[in-house]
Parts: sequence; C-alpha cells; structure tokens
Amino acid sequence: MKRWVRACLVLLALGAALPAVTTAQPPSTTAAQDEFVPMSEVPESEKLPAAPLVIGAYAFIWLAALAYLWSIWRRVGAVDREIAQLRRDIARG
Amino acid sequence: MSQFARVAWIVMQKDLTVELRSREIISTTVFFALSCVLVFAFALVRDGRTVVDAAAGILWIAIAFSGTLALGRTFERERYTDTLRALMLAPADRPAIYVGKLLGVVAMLAATEILLVPLVALLFQAGLLERPLWLAALLATGTIGFAAVGTLFAAMLVRARTRDVLLPVLLYPITIPVIIGGVRGTAALVAETPDVAMAQFWVALLFLFDVVFVVLSLWTFEPLMTE
Amino acid sequence: MRRLYPVGLAVAAAMFAAAPLLIDRAPTESTMGLVQKIFYFHVPAAMTMFLSTFVSGIASGVFLFRGKQAADRVALAAAELTVVFGAMVLVTGPVWARKAWGVWWQWDARLTSSLLLWMIFVAYLLVRRYGGPGSEKLSAAVSLFGMANVPFVYVSVNVWRTLHPKTSVVPTLSPGMRGTFWFCVAAFLLLYALMMAARLRLGKQQAEVEQLYLELDERGDLPSRAS
Repeated sequence: MKRWVRACLVLLALGAALPAVTTAQPPSTTAAQDEFVPMSEVPESEKLPAAPLVIGAYAFIWLAALAYLWSIWRRVGAVDREIAQLRRDIARG
Repeated sequence: MSQFARVAWIVMQKDLTVELRSREIISTTVFFALSCVLVFAFALVRDGRTVVDAAAGILWIAIAFSGTLALGRTFERERYTDTLRALMLAPADRPAIYVGKLLGVVAMLAATEILLVPLVALLFQAGLLERPLWLAALLATGTIGFAAVGTLFAAMLVRARTRDVLLPVLLYPITIPVIIGGVRGTAALVAETPDVAMAQFWVALLFLFDVVFVVLSLWTFEPLMTE
Repeated sequence: MRRLYPVGLAVAAAMFAAAPLLIDRAPTESTMGLVQKIFYFHVPAAMTMFLSTFVSGIASGVFLFRGKQAADRVALAAAELTVVFGAMVLVTGPVWARKAWGVWWQWDARLTSSLLLWMIFVAYLLVRRYGGPGSEKLSAAVSLFGMANVPFVYVSVNVWRTLHPKTSVVPTLSPGMRGTFWFCVAAFLLLYALMMAARLRLGKQQAEVEQLYLELDERGDLPSRAS
C-alpha cells in the first residue's frame, strides 16, 4: 500500500513541476551586456546607485576578516581545552 | 643517464604490454571520449550548425576528461595489483619510474587522439586536418603538459580514499593554461582565416609549460612518494 | 611577542576605521566616479592574496625538500589566508564591475586569473581535509605547482582576454590617490601579518595536541579523541 502511495506522490510532484518548466522565460539582457554602452547614454533607470555598492563591498571585507579571526579564536579555544584535558590525563596516569 | 632511460623504457613497456593484452583502458577511454563529444555536441549544435570554435573546445575537453579517466584507471590498476609498492621498492631511480609512467599515459592518450581528431573534424566540419603538423605540435605539447601534472597527482593519490574525485579537483585548475593554449591554438588553426602565428605562440607557451612542470614533477616525485 | 598582538590588532582596526575617511577625501576619478573607490581595497586585497600564494608555495617547497614541519604549518596558514583574501578580491571585483561595466562577470583577465589561483588553493584545503594520510605532502605539491603556475596563468588568460585596466594603474594615480592607496596597502599587509601570526599559533597548538596524543598512546592509555 505504502509503495503505491509514494509512486502517486512522485507523479503528482512531477505534474506540478511540468508547467513551471515549460512556461519559464529566458531572462532579458540589458543593453550593457550585449555590447559596450557609455555611461552617458544609459537611461537613468538603468544606472545603479554607487554608494550602496561601495559600502557593501567594504562591509564584506570587514566581515570576511572578522569572520576568519573569530574562526581562529574559536579553534584555538577548542585546542586549548583539549591540551588541558590531555595534560590532566598524563599527570593522572 | 642510460640507466635512467632504460628504467623509464622498461616501466613504459610494462604498462603498454599489460594494456595491449587486455585493451581495457584504451577501449573504455576512447568510448568515453566519444560520449563526451556527443554530450557537448548536443549542448552546442543548433540547427545542424556548431557554435564558432566549438570543435576546438570539444576536442580538448574530451582529451582532458578522458585523460583524467585514463590516469585514474592506470594507477587504480597498480593499486589493485599492489605493484606500485613493488615499483617503489625496486632499486631504480624514482624519477625514472615517473618518466616511464608518464610515457605510458602519453602513449595511451596519443592513441585516443588519433581516433578523436578525425572524428571531431568529421562531426563538426572543422578543418582540423588542414595543418596537421601544427595541430600535432599543439596536441603533443598539450598532452604532455596535462599528463605530466596528472601522473604526479594520480601517483600521489593512490593511497587516498577520495582519489576519484580529488584527481580532477587538483588537476583541472592547474592545467587550465594547457586547456587555454590547446583550445585557442586549435581554434586559430581552423578559423576561416587561419592564424598560424597565434598557433605558434601557443605551441611555444605549452612547450615552456611542459619543461617547467616535467622538471618540477621529476624533482618532487621522490619526496612525495616516500613516507 | 604575545603582548604585541593586541597592540597590532588595535592598530589594524584603527587603520581600517580610518580608511573610509581617507578614501572619501581622496579625489574622485573622472570616468568611473564613486565606485572606483572600491579599488582602494580591491587592489590591496589582490596584492595580499598574491603575496600569500608565494608564501605558501615557498613554504611548501621547504617542507617537501627539507622536511621541516614548521614550514608545513606556514604553508597551510598561508593557503587559508589566500582563500580568505581571494574571496575578498572575487566579491569586490564583480561589485565594481557591475557598476562600472554593467555586468557582474566579464571574464576579464585579472579577475579570471585570481579566480584560478583561488581555486588552486581551495583545492589545497580540500586535499588537506579529505586526502587521508599523507595529504600534507600532496597539498604541498599542489601549493608548489600553483605557485609555479602563476606566470602561465597570467600569460594565457591575458592573451585569451583583455578588459582590465592596464597594469600601470598605480603609477598613473594622482598624488591625492596615491597616499590613500599605499595606506590601504599597509593596512592590508598588517592585517595579513596578524592573521598569519594567529593562525600559526593555532597550528602550533594543534601540533602540540598531536604530540600529547602520541605520548599517551605510547604509554598505552589512549583516551577517546575530543573531536
């Protein structure tokens, strides 16, 4: 009984996915991707605000540096605890 | 010097003799290369016409993929029959063993390429056979470069459990210059206005790559294979 | 040495906090505008990444040919740092490109080369983690080969593609930009030195743990490993 139910569920899932696949549209490309268009000729709506990008890039660098330093700090803590434990074991035995 | 050459020759002969008897690696490699070509053909051919430079790309991708397979299979055979340890224990110059193995792999890839080039030329109407000498130079330098790095890494990975996936992971990024050189050189040869000077440049670069990496491999083979 | 560490950290933090102010005050480049200011940390990050690849490659060479364990720890630390700084380059580059040229990724020569080098060192870390016993030597070979590959990657990718601003970006900087630029380079190098010191300390601790386990093992009462 269970196998039969599972087979039906699989078929249903495929059936639901099919229309999504067949009606998917290819993404439209902006002019700048097909050929070089100087900034002065790009319509205002397609110009990106620079400030968020610059700030975002800078923030990423800070975050990456801090994340790595934090990961080292965490690993050093784990190893320190392991060393302490081992030292205790050696002293005991 | 002649002792070195003798050892290398013996190792290569051993590999090729074993291979000629069973023809296992060569037949599976050739068929795999053909499947590769087909997969890429379906991806890149449209209305019976191929994307520009597709033939050159497909040729070299097929060589890279089937080369990786051949490398894996060669050393898997050594591992399975435990002969690698015997080779290492033999009173022979380690680098000579490396050269022997390298020559064996190059010979197998050469055999594959001899079948692959006319096939690709046929399927994609590419003038691959119009400048055979330059194409041969590209294929030779490219294959040796790819095999040089591949033989070293495959030998080292024999003992690893994850050897099958690690070989491509290590090999492809390092041999990208070979792929770039091979594809661009081949594309220059089969273009509508063939650019022999460009092909010449790539052959020279690939030759330099071969020299540097064969020397580096010879140098590092000994320390890498010792415990 | 230990006492210098918090001082160094404070200095680095101060430099990184001061950088935006300096960057803001630096003259704005005429053609690209505000977004060009990403260059002040994109380029130093790239310089640091390249430095790290050479540190790792050379340390790997010393490890393979001299057998010094300390060299292996340096190589591993430098490889991790290559991946970290490489990630910085590969995120800030496309962000800059999106604004300046309209697309995230244009296969431009320098970013593509950086991507390749980054992948080689990610492969280093993968081998280290999943390569099983003897992976220290194998990863050393990857690092050494990666370093040897730098000129080949540079030439082949450049001939394949050229869109990046010419190498001479630094000498043609206006004086106002130059000061800020070198300040950022100094900040990044300081950060690199600090991270290196921290990572090496971790490496040494891990070596000590291995040593202690060996001692316990020899005495016959090996406890179950904590991790």
